[in-house]
Amino acid sequence: MTALTSQAPAARQPISFALLAQVILIANSFIMLYPVVVMVLSAFKTTGEIFEHPFALPDFTQVGNFAKVLSETAMPTYFMNSILVTGTSVILILVLGTMAGYAVARYESRTNTFILLFFLAGLMLPLKLAVIPLFILLRDLGLLDSRWSLIVTYTAIGLPSAVFIMAGFLRTLPSELEDAARIDGASEPRIMWSVMLPLARPPMAIAAIQNAVPIWNDFFFPLVFIQTDARKTLPQGLTTFMGEYTTDWGMLFAGLTIAAAPITLLYIALSRQFIQGMTAGAVK
Amino acid sequence: MLVSRKQAPSLKRQLWVAFLVVPPIVFMSLFVVYPILSAFAYAFYDWQGLARGEFVGLRNFKEVLFGATMAPVVWNAFLHNVYALIALMIIQNGGGFLLAWLLYKEPFGFRFHRIAVFVPVVLSTIIVGFLWKLFLNPNFGIINQALYSLGLDALAKPWLGDSSTALGALILANAWHFVGFPTLVYLAGMQRIPPEIIEAARLDGTSEWQLLKNIVWPLVAPSTTILFTLLFIGAFNWFEIPYVMVGLDGSPFGTTDVLGLVFYRTAFGNQSASIQNFGMGSALATLLFLFIVVFASMLTLWLRRREIQF
Repeated sequence: MTALTSQAPAARQPISFALLAQVILIANSFIMLYPVVVMVLSAFKTTGEIFEHPFALPDFTQVGNFAKVLSETAMPTYFMNSILVTGTSVILILVLGTMAGYAVARYESRTNTFILLFFLAGLMLPLKLAVIPLFILLRDLGLLDSRWSLIVTYTAIGLPSAVFIMAGFLRTLPSELEDAARIDGASEPRIMWSVMLPLARPPMAIAAIQNAVPIWNDFFFPLVFIQTDARKTLPQGLTTFMGEYTTDWGMLFAGLTIAAAPITLLYIALSRQFIQGMTAGAVK
Repeated sequence: MLVSRKQAPSLKRQLWVAFLVVPPIVFMSLFVVYPILSAFAYAFYDWQGLARGEFVGLRNFKEVLFGATMAPVVWNAFLHNVYALIALMIIQNGGGFLLAWLLYKEPFGFRFHRIAVFVPVVLSTIIVGFLWKLFLNPNFGIINQALYSLGLDALAKPWLGDSSTALGALILANAWHFVGFPTLVYLAGMQRIPPEIIEAARLDGTSEWQLLKNIVWPLVAPSTTILFTLLFIGAFNWFEIPYVMVGLDGSPFGTTDVLGLVFYRTAFGNQSASIQNFGMGSALATLLFLFIVVFASMLTLWLRRREIQF
């Protein structure tokens, strides 16, 4: 388990050391947060105000930049695309990952080792370096320049880790549960759906967050696969937007703020789950 | 085995299991296995745009490694990837280790600091890149504005336009983005050390530095293994931050060029020269892939040997 709430080691530190630690931690948090704060403050300013008073507090009632970003640019479209692509990919990853994970964890079979090794290989290989053949494959399938090109790519990247997370958890469930249901005459699909899967929500949440954040933030695959503006996702659309408004800094900061807001707010609300999900691959 | 079956698997059950495993495997084969195997094959062919031409053996590889036009660009970029790797190893992973140690003691406000350090990690690299590009703007960016208001005009620079500072600025932007990740992975590693070990060392009067160097650092070796391997892979796949902050050509004068940019330019072209060369791109990707696999496995094996069971 990731022990995010372990007990404090009862340590007695010299005062000077504790003070130095406080100074470093406060300075670090300042460096981490201040750029984000400046971004948000600047979004309420006109370009002239940003150039003349970069550190001043703005008039928070001045929301013209935000209104302009939402009404005059394609930002809402990019948003919808990101939500569609991320949502569909995560659902596909969970469905396919749970299917394979369940089969490997709950049914004895000689092919299980082979299946796990197959997905282990997928976990290690960076698909980014196979982007040229993927590009040609998607073109042949007629998926290039569509949201599906991204959805299938992200699903392929995320699937192996989801299989391991789901199999690892499902293996720990006692077999008495399914045996009892089986004696009652429940079918195999019914046992999976009504008995086992309702217990598997926590690993599903981990797998969902672990995949949703990188997919939401990805830029490389849309850059290669998507040309049409109406199908761009948020990070890629942001580059188009930044190119259109290069000299209007108020707009630039408003665009960045709007793009950063959903995931930042979600993180602040669910920081525990985010940290657990995003470090899941590196923390045992 | 946890899975015990009383009756022999019926045909019905075999069909059900097949229904569960076949779709994920077909999906992975089509979109992962097939492209990766093709990536190797493509490197041995001549390409005319999107059409595959004749088999040319190792010609693309020779051109990438030794050719008069390609090789200098590739080696120049490779060097910058190595610089980024070393600098990030120290700043990002080393900084993360120290921050984790400070958080581990759970001082006043540690919950806040733990959340704060991870805020940039959840942001898209594109947002981080653009944000720092605006902050580093020579005339209106807050970095130079701050220097002017402190009377340190002499230190103000066009950070991203100056060959001597551009790569460093990209590395710092990357460290700002990701330092929270090693911090929290190391923190989790430290929390798995039995507290008695640290307590006993303290009672023996071990100094803070000795404690860190001789006890904590060796005991978080599993975290180090995974963080250094991930950073190694990340540093040689570096693309987004340079792309957003200095553009596809690694300006100024290629001083920020990295292999990710070279690969993209070669395979998909850029604004100035939209020549696509899938053969050369595939050769570069294959070499990079082999380099990463070989060195990352060596690094992992070497780091694993340092790990102690407790």
